[in-house]
Amino acid sequence: MQYKARIALTAIGLMGLSLAAQAQDGEKYITLASTTSTENSGLFDAIIPQFTDKTGIEVRVVAVGTGQAFEIARRGDADSLLVHDTAGEKQFVEEGYGTERADVMYNDFVLMGPEDDPAGIADAETVAEAMRLIAEAEAPFASRGDDSGTNRAELRLWDAAGVEPGGDWYRELGSGMGPTLNTAAGMDAYVMSDRATWVAFENPQNLELLFAGDEALFNQYGSLLISKERHPHLKHDLAEQWHEWLLSEEGQSAIGDFDVNGQQLFFPNAD
Amino acid sequence: MSSDASALTTALSLILGFDPTLMEIVALSLRVSLVAVLLAAVIGLPLGAALALWRFPGRGALVVALNALMGLPPVVAGLCVYLLLSRAGPLGELGLLFTPGAMVVAQVILVLPIIAALARQQVEELHQEYHEQLTSLGLSRLRMIPTLLWDARLGLVTVILAGFGRASAEVGAVMIVGGNIDGVTRVMTTAIVLETSKGNLALALGLGIVLLGLVALVNAAAYLVGETARRRLG
Repeated sequence: MQYKARIALTAIGLMGLSLAAQAQDGEKYITLASTTSTENSGLFDAIIPQFTDKTGIEVRVVAVGTGQAFEIARRGDADSLLVHDTAGEKQFVEEGYGTERADVMYNDFVLMGPEDDPAGIADAETVAEAMRLIAEAEAPFASRGDDSGTNRAELRLWDAAGVEPGGDWYRELGSGMGPTLNTAAGMDAYVMSDRATWVAFENPQNLELLFAGDEALFNQYGSLLISKERHPHLKHDLAEQWHEWLLSEEGQSAIGDFDVNGQQLFFPNAD
Repeated sequence: MSSDASALTTALSLILGFDPTLMEIVALSLRVSLVAVLLAAVIGLPLGAALALWRFPGRGALVVALNALMGLPPVVAGLCVYLLLSRAGPLGELGLLFTPGAMVVAQVILVLPIIAALARQQVEELHQEYHEQLTSLGLSRLRMIPTLLWDARLGLVTVILAGFGRASAEVGAVMIVGGNIDGVTRVMTTAIVLETSKGNLALALGLGIVLLGLVALVNAAAYLVGETARRRLG
């Protein structure tokens, strides 16, 4: 019995060592803080292997809301950032946390709702009108409510529509895009999502894309490099290679070539 | 509900197909949780036994605190470990954040109170029963710890299994400190969260069934070991 126990202890000890070893090997990698939309749509699975093949650098993606991604980078826990909140990104650079920010690609936000469209937003001329219609009908609207890039964009759109969202119909979920879509589908609510997550989403139930195409729904993604002075320990050289590759012709065409069910989801637009 | 049926088929095809990604995720889940439970047991069992044997001021408060910590929300444990291991935190230099090591640390914090608190209770009961014999043998309290732990071993297996259940089921802590990085820190529970957020409910539920099967296997192994030992003891 004791002998067996010793064997078991040794085995588990070895597993522990291999965990430590795993943390050591694969020296050449960067940690990228990014958004759930880029991860959930499958974009990273499509483009990162191309970058790794070329440079030998592994990219480890931590996919969170844009607010949390900024916080991770501020604390020095990520080597690079790829997010979608241009105003927040510029502020990040102004505060001295980021040294460089560049446009990488865009897609657009779209509005979904139950197929019978009780607020009638499908015929709206502008997104502002569509959102006013939802508010007037007091039709359930599922908001991310998590300070993500999408949540920040949604709040700007309500503001532009002259509506102060609140009340029973406005439901702040405090969740990522996927869980918010799941919940919206479950309660027949209107919901705003980036197009990529929506197209790749597999549980739409009664939800249908009802409104899209207004310029105000433009969704820009940017890549940021993090300050060497603030966080000298980060892998700045490797992060720079990733940043440059995203903006290069090769990276840009990799993004443009990515599709889900034949539909292009991100449109490269680096300068 | 057709999604239930497709979840079962998905689970079966995942297991029978020996999907390499799934195997990697399963292996990491097992390694992280087993190492965490082992470390928690190495610290928690003697700690619980000591707490059962010694009487000192503030002992009651310590026992209550330990019992209360059994209910520590994983996400809170994760957040604390995140702040500790983040570069801006006191242990940032170790570079452990977003590695399996960080996940082990978080799970040890979750499992340790369960093992220590339940071990204390078991050892205390045993000690009350055998107190006179142990004292007449002239054993010091320090020497009683291994004796009592060994005598309580059959019950302690269940304690350790409860700890393992907590570790393998939690998602809040490993999500924050591991980051759910594909191929590096993705475990069963975080994969289930990810697939759910993609709306891929059949795959998510399929993974859940695989996880449940895995936990059942570990429990069955422990049960067999216990039964064999019991039979040998007569």
